[in-house]
Amino acid sequence: MQIISKKTRIDFLSPARRKIAVMLSLVFVVVSLASLATRGLDFGIDFTGGILLEVGYEQAADLEAIRGNLTDAGFTDAQVQLFGRDTDVLVRLPPQPEDSATQVRDELQATLEAGGQNIDLRRMETVSAQVGSELAERGALAMVVALLLIFVYVMIRFQWKFSAGAVAALAHDAIVTVGFFSIFQLPFDLTVVAAVLAVIGYSLNDTVVAFDRIRENFFALRGVSAEDAMNTSINEMLARTLITGLTTLLVLIALLVLGGESIAPFSIALIVGIIIGTYSSIYTASATALMLNVSPQDLIEPIKHPELIDDLP
Amino acid sequence: MNKFPLWLNVLVLAVLLAGCLFALPNIYGSVDAVQVADNDGLAYDELRLEEFVRTVENAGVTPEAAYLQDGRAVLRFHSTQEQEAAGERLRTAYDREANIAATLAPKLPKWARDLGLKPMSLGLDLRGGVYVLLEVDMETAIDSRMVGYQQGFDERLRDAKIRHRVDLDGQTINIRLTGAEDVESARVVIRRMDQDVLISDGADGKSLIVRMSEAQIQARQDFAIEQNITTLRNRVNELGVAEPLVQRQGADRIVIQLPGVQDPNKIKGILSATATVEFRLVDQSGGEPGSRRFQGRGTEGAQILKRSVIASGDQIIDASAGYAEGQPQVNITLDSAGGENMLRTTMENVGKPMSTVFIETRREAIPGRPGEFRKVVRQEIISTATIQGVFKDRFRITGLSPGEAADLALLLRAGALAAPVYIVDERTVGPTLGQDNIDRGFNAIKIGFLAVIIFMAIYYRAFGLIANVALLSNVVFIVAMLSILGASLTLPGIAGIVLTVGMAVDANVLIFERIREELAADSAPQSAINSGYEKALSSIVDANVTTLIAAVVLFSIGTGPIKGFAITLLLGIITSMFTAIIGTRTIVNLAFGGRKLQSLPV
Repeated sequence: MQIISKKTRIDFLSPARRKIAVMLSLVFVVVSLASLATRGLDFGIDFTGGILLEVGYEQAADLEAIRGNLTDAGFTDAQVQLFGRDTDVLVRLPPQPEDSATQVRDELQATLEAGGQNIDLRRMETVSAQVGSELAERGALAMVVALLLIFVYVMIRFQWKFSAGAVAALAHDAIVTVGFFSIFQLPFDLTVVAAVLAVIGYSLNDTVVAFDRIRENFFALRGVSAEDAMNTSINEMLARTLITGLTTLLVLIALLVLGGESIAPFSIALIVGIIIGTYSSIYTASATALMLNVSPQDLIEPIKHPELIDDLP
Repeated sequence: MNKFPLWLNVLVLAVLLAGCLFALPNIYGSVDAVQVADNDGLAYDELRLEEFVRTVENAGVTPEAAYLQDGRAVLRFHSTQEQEAAGERLRTAYDREANIAATLAPKLPKWARDLGLKPMSLGLDLRGGVYVLLEVDMETAIDSRMVGYQQGFDERLRDAKIRHRVDLDGQTINIRLTGAEDVESARVVIRRMDQDVLISDGADGKSLIVRMSEAQIQARQDFAIEQNITTLRNRVNELGVAEPLVQRQGADRIVIQLPGVQDPNKIKGILSATATVEFRLVDQSGGEPGSRRFQGRGTEGAQILKRSVIASGDQIIDASAGYAEGQPQVNITLDSAGGENMLRTTMENVGKPMSTVFIETRREAIPGRPGEFRKVVRQEIISTATIQGVFKDRFRITGLSPGEAADLALLLRAGALAAPVYIVDERTVGPTLGQDNIDRGFNAIKIGFLAVIIFMAIYYRAFGLIANVALLSNVVFIVAMLSILGASLTLPGIAGIVLTVGMAVDANVLIFERIREELAADSAPQSAINSGYEKALSSIVDANVTTLIAAVVLFSIGTGPIKGFAITLLLGIITSMFTAIIGTRTIVNLAFGGRKLQSLPV
């Protein structure tokens, strides 16, 4: 069976299409950044600190009644929402002064239990604001370090114009994925940071596979323009790009549907990221390299030192 | 063409079998069990194990299996009722010498235990439990050392007959002398007591200023955190939790994981409690230098107590709660230095009163200044008694409620914290959510896996089936690696496995597409296979190395859920390289290699 007919000859990188792609990417990135600047992210307590309680009720939970009880008990800033099922309720409070946090949480628990129904305490988290900001810092650091190392690796294996293309594509993917969370105000927690980093890894995987073929074709198709060689390469890799994207999306959809509410933001981030990443490895990465006037001559240098390539497994 | 030498086929098979063997323990599930561990960490032998089994059988419960693991005795039971009854019985018999904890034990057959096989452990989010991150108050660790110096300098200078006044100002000690002529001799006395403190001359020419050196501060902080870890470990052991984890994190934090604990409130007080006691003589004249007034607790009267401490909490080596004449009490055993001092003091002071002071440190928020705290040290006299006769290292203290007596005994037995600790992060997962997470996670793996397998079989036919075998062995290898490394599986870890399943086919997709390309370019089937594998290799390696970079960064910088995800992703990338490249090639070679083929089912 084949999804893609044997020889596609789609002109992905014609100047007109490239222009559209660049515009589209710019719109994505600008909208994402604008949303991040104005709406920000719905940070989970991993980052803000605070108190979180997940409780299971025997029957469908009456959110209004729970909110009423909490307000009466003085918890005016409590956020109450359903979590996955109509019997599961999530209650969040902003960070409390350190010494009273656990006390506040106990009171909160007591208030919920006083609601009459038997409740099952499923999860409790008390994170201080200080630890929250540390976790946020480490998340950001991980992102930057990963991008930097990847830039260096691609530079060693290929050439800096490819590196720039790859990192442009990755930054594009990361910004748009995080932007998606901002636009739709989805809960942004530590697992989403992990997902965004996995997206970076995945998208790069795609990009590098395309670059690999481009390098091969730069030498195989002598006398052909860089644009044509890249076009041929992308077409040749199209089946693989789509199939791998598809199988990965299949498992992620299974994870989103079956994995439960707490892993849902993670699944959404990966699904969005992989769709964007597939698009960007076709367009953003190659278009950026082309904009930097990449040419077969750029890759002649590594050939003079074949050990650079051949020594790698 | 396309034939592997025999040894390579055998090697691949051997690796696969080894993977299956190490992954095997995970299919047995777990049962209720009781774990008995010696308080001093001594390993039990078969004789002791038999003794425990007999003890339990006397209570009418027969263990389903009983064995030793890492020197601890594990008794498995058929039901939770039996487990509880057995735990109760063992606790009555051995509570003083052993830590008896209810736990879940893997239901491994004997041969697997004998081989040292273990299933992977489940993270707190899957089995339920409490995670606590504590911050150690280093300021207090330094402060308490400074008080020690102050007392020490004071005594030494008095012994050397140098007139002086020692004041503690934060982390600086001011030693004021009567004249410039005493400065040098005082300096010698201080140096003799401590080689490393920083001594500088005061501005008035007749005083010395003493500080701790950077190295001393560092050493003190390291000591404080190590001491706290030991103490916390002791306290956690007293709580009867199986497989607790107490670990240093960074410069001033301690992570505690208590699997299976459901009520964090019960343990919280015990973990951060700084309660300790000290014993001082009552200053009956009320005018001795350094004497100070202490409040009494409840109905206990206030007293003026002498400066010197006869014995303090850190010299107590054993403590147990009990009753005498209907009153709760704590029976104390002192170490030899404390005992000597107590002996000397009681000999010299028969008929005079001595007080027991209860000390507790807490951190309070400063009203109106969020994020700032002040330390509140509560020192109260819980009892004052006349010294009736001479005693040494064994005596009792009274003046507490039954609950306080039990807690104080536990805290004294486990040792005092060298510095107060505060909870900065606390997460509890209930057992129902844990089970839910397991069910949901495995469901997602199953369905996702099935979807990919069906797709691959349809799309690549026989080669797709081969890739599916590789995919399945890849999951087996990840599970085997997690079991060998003793890493815990968490919910994000399961997500990592799911993602790996999706991505691991990539290598095979690359290879198979390449083979198709070669066939389309009119290569013979055998050479298409060969160059398909060969030419795809550099792409596969590049692609995996880059993902590996992301995974390694995640693992080294990430915390908590990120780490759990990173470890399975990392293992998955490595194992998938083996299964997708060498594994599938082995099967392809066995199935198609060395034959004349007209076409390939790819």
